[in-house]
Amino acid sequence: MIGDSESVKGFGAVGFDLFICDDIQNSAAVLKQITEDDYYAIIFMTEEIFQQTAKEREKFAEMLTPAMIPLPGTRGNAGIGTQRLSSFVEKAVGSDILFKN
Amino acid sequence: MDIMNVNPTRMQMTKLKKQLVTAKRGHKMLKDKRDELMRQFIELVQENKKLRDKVEAELAACNAHFVNAGAVMSKKALDSSLMSSKQQTGVEVASKNIMSVDVPMFETVSKSEDEGDIFPYGFAFTSFELDDAVSSLGALLPDLIKLAEIEKSCELMAAEIERTRRRVNSLEHVMIPRYEDTIKYIAMKLEENDRSSRTRLMKVKDMLLEKAHHYSEKE
Repeated sequence: MIGDSESVKGFGAVGFDLFICDDIQNSAAVLKQITEDDYYAIIFMTEEIFQQTAKEREKFAEMLTPAMIPLPGTRGNAGIGTQRLSSFVEKAVGSDILFKN
Repeated sequence: MDIMNVNPTRMQMTKLKKQLVTAKRGHKMLKDKRDELMRQFIELVQENKKLRDKVEAELAACNAHFVNAGAVMSKKALDSSLMSSKQQTGVEVASKNIMSVDVPMFETVSKSEDEGDIFPYGFAFTSFELDDAVSSLGALLPDLIKLAEIEKSCELMAAEIERTRRRVNSLEHVMIPRYEDTIKYIAMKLEENDRSSRTRLMKVKDMLLEKAHHYSEKE
C-alpha cells in the first residue's frame, strides 16, 4: 500500500506492507522501488499517487501482476476508481455504455 | 476499388479464393471470440462496479473511524498502536484463462497464527474507535483482494477486447473486401482476355477461309 501516512496507517494493522509517501512528487520513485524485485502481486495506492504515477504504471498494464488498484484515502473520494472502470468499458466497447450518467 | 497488386492469372485467383475462405473463417471466429469476451467483460465490470462502490463506502467508514480514534487518542499513541502488526498478509497468485486472456486469481494467505487476532495493540490504552476501525478494515480485506483481482482482470480483458475488435474490423472492412474485389478484377480480366482471343480467332478464321476460297472475288 502506497500513500500518505494518514491514509495508509490503518492498513498496516491488517497485514499490508506500507510505503509511506507524503511527498507526492516522490511517488514515482517509491513505486519503482517496489516494483523492482517483482515481490508484490497487488499494490494498492491512494488516488493521488495513482494519478501521479500514470507513466510508471503503463508498462504493468498488460502484465498479470502486479495489480495496481487505486483506493480513496483520507482526503476523500475523487472517483478515480470509477473513472478507471469506465475507461476500461470505453476501451473495450468503444464508448462508455455502462456508467455514463 | 481497392485491389491488390497481382497478376490476373487463374492460378493467382485460385490462391486468392483460398485466402478469402480462410479470412472469412478467421473473421467469424474472431467475431465469436469478441462477442464472448464482451459478454464476460460486461458481467465482470458490473461486478467490479458493485464491489468498488461497496469497498469505497466501507473505506470511507473506516477512515472516519480512524479520524475519530485520532481525535480521542494522541497522534503518538495512535501511531505506536498501529506500528507493529500481528498480521502478515500474503497473496498466492494463480492464473485463470478466460477466452485466451490470462487473468490473475489472488488468494490471501495469512501468515499469523490466529486469523481473528488482528489487533496489534493491547486494549487498555486505546480507544474503542480504533478497535472499530481496525476490525472493519480487517473485515474489508477479502473484498479488497477480490477487488484487485477483478479490476486487474477487467483491465487485461479490456485490452484483449480492443485488440480483437481491431482485428475483426480490419478483416471485415479491409481484408475481405480487398480479396473480393481482387478476385472480381481477375475474373473480369480473364473473361476479357477470353473474349479478345475468341474474336481474334474468328477474325483469323475468316482470313484463312478468304485466302482458300476467295469468296469476295466470286460475288
